[in-house]
Amino acid sequence: MLSVTETQFVEFSPALIAKFDDVVSRYPIGKQKSALLPILHLVQAEYGWISAPAMDKVAQYLEILPIEVYEVTTFYTMYFTRPTGKFMLEVCRTGPCCLVGAEKIMKHIENKLGVREGEITPDGLFSWRGVECLAACGMAPVLQIGPEYTFYENLTEESVDQLIENLKSNSLQN
Amino acid sequence: MARKLLFENINIPGIDTFEVYRKNGGYRAVEKAIKTMSSDDIVEEVKKSGLRGRGGAGFPTGMKWSFLAKPEGKARYLVCNGDESEPGTFKDRYLMTYIPHLLIEGMIVSSYALGANTSYIYLRGEMMPQIRILEKAIAEARNAGFLGKNILGSGYDLELYVQPGGGAYICGEETALIESLEGKRGNPRIKPPFPAISGLYGCPTVVNNVESIAAVVPIINDGGDEYAKVGIGRSTGTKLISASGNLVKPGVYEIELGLSVEDFIYSDEYCGGIANGKKLKAVVPGGSSVPILPANLILKTVNGEKRLMSYESLSDGGFATGSMLGSGGFIAFDEDQCIVRNTWNYSRFYHHESCGQCSPCREGTGWMEKVLHRLEYGHGKLSDLDLLVDVAKKIEGNTICPLGDAAAWPVASAIRHFRDEFEWHVTNPKEAMERNYGLAKYADPLPKLEEV
Ligand SMILES: Cc1cc2nc3c(=O)[nH]c(=O)nc-3n(C[C@H](O)[C@H](O)[C@H](O)COP(=O)(O)O)c2cc1C
Ligand code: SF4
Ligand code: FES
Repeated sequence: MLSVTETQFVEFSPALIAKFDDVVSRYPIGKQKSALLPILHLVQAEYGWISAPAMDKVAQYLEILPIEVYEVTTFYTMYFTRPTGKFMLEVCRTGPCCLVGAEKIMKHIENKLGVREGEITPDGLFSWRGVECLAACGMAPVLQIGPEYTFYENLTEESVDQLIENLKSNSLQN
Repeated sequence: MARKLLFENINIPGIDTFEVYRKNGGYRAVEKAIKTMSSDDIVEEVKKSGLRGRGGAGFPTGMKWSFLAKPEGKARYLVCNGDESEPGTFKDRYLMTYIPHLLIEGMIVSSYALGANTSYIYLRGEMMPQIRILEKAIAEARNAGFLGKNILGSGYDLELYVQPGGGAYICGEETALIESLEGKRGNPRIKPPFPAISGLYGCPTVVNNVESIAAVVPIINDGGDEYAKVGIGRSTGTKLISASGNLVKPGVYEIELGLSVEDFIYSDEYCGGIANGKKLKAVVPGGSSVPILPANLILKTVNGEKRLMSYESLSDGGFATGSMLGSGGFIAFDEDQCIVRNTWNYSRFYHHESCGQCSPCREGTGWMEKVLHRLEYGHGKLSDLDLLVDVAKKIEGNTICPLGDAAAWPVASAIRHFRDEFEWHVTNPKEAMERNYGLAKYADPLPKLEEV
């Protein structure tokens, strides 16, 4: 298993804080809580997931209670409150995608990676899960990979294999 | 070729840039509105156009705008709904990806009409690429003087921001969206008060779908009357249809409202027929929340008239034999699809997405998912069908927001029209695990009314 301590670090870098400040400037004075969802995306893009200490720091920054952050991270599905593989393959599992083979693609990914939904491959590179309709049903089956949320459309078993190989070799180069 | 009002220029290379968009007549609506029209003039044109909200409910946009409260000294907000989470719907993503300035232009004109000086475009968080695209478009429009302070020297100021959600279907519901934009869980608010009185930060707020806002551009350019000439009856203008499922050419199509369903499915200009030479079994015409119809009822109404792509025709027959245009998410099922499995999938979706505030929705969606799961996996009873209808009835109309109805309708309509298939799952559980029920009689010509 990947060794990531659940109490990972947390001191936000000045560059990250500058991005937070930019987000906060979009709302009226005193309504800085509106920045919470965008800021959580920034934190997740930086660290891969959002740990409890990170949530506390966000609360501190926005001058809100920690519980106000917890209830948001646990309500929305995009925030990972536990580590994931470096690449999280999120496959749409909703009706329209299933009409053209999404379930088969999920099964294939499970077999190919050898881990169940939500688990991390031993090399730490991959996780996968089913997610709900991604507003790309005409290009089904589809999957997305954060933090940029790049889309891979009209998936076939072959194109999924190719994608996984490409991600592997890219991460070896970096 | 049908008339295009939104996508006329979508195939021009570089139309996603300000320069090319502008060269092809872009931002004329902003100039016309700000230089020659008052807010009331614009609202009047939108009323005349007959435009109805494209987010799903079909409420007249001009009327909605005229409800906006205008108390002295309070900010007003326009929030664009780009949550687009209704299964089967992907037109807004398409529009924003390929012609982002159309939305920005619509936002400027609409904000001006409503007297909003700060407006937000709320996109589902998964649309990060579209957020980048829109932010670039906003920067370009600002550089050209169409956003920011004193737009075109008029004294009108407008700031436009893009806000990501966090992944939750319920945030497409307008009051949940507002909660989410305030940095909270997406729990729908009890109405009244309506957002037009008390919305974002307790201020008067209008929430409109991406496509509705974009449609304001041709309405201002050509006039509301011109817009109203396109379409049929009270279904004016064009509509973006997201076509998915077992079609030869799934994708996003701009149609003139009033096109026949048959032409939409089978003509080469649109979907090109059912994929792999199969036959059509069923259609969900307006996104997963609207009733499913078997092939025979989607192509013709019970009166034997051609079914048209319009608000009125798709709902002809009420829930007994009709459906709804909804958000225009047109999902086609071929003869090999299993209606039971699909219904279970939808109910799993709604259970997963229920915000949990009201017990009929929270508990009822869970029950429906469970019962449908056992039907699909061969452990169902015949009494389960009535049980499902009963649960659906108890959710409908008894909840804070319409997600409850949206969860109930697909189940109730599937059982109404495909009862044989459900019963077959119960009486032939083994066989049902191995093969699908197939087309059965679902595409057969409807009996003449007098024979019924
Ligand atoms: C559960 C639920 C989900 C919704 N999702 C969306 C959505 O993704 N996009 C949208 O524009 N409207 C959605 N709506 C409708 C909005 O509440 C609202 O009516 C709409 O944004 C108004 O815009 P319009 O008048 O331009 O259609 C949803 C409604 C409900 C009840
Ligand atoms: S109907 Fe469902 S989604 Fe809507 S408020 Fe109630 S529990 Fe939440
Ligand atoms: S159902 Fe998969 S993208 Fe819509």
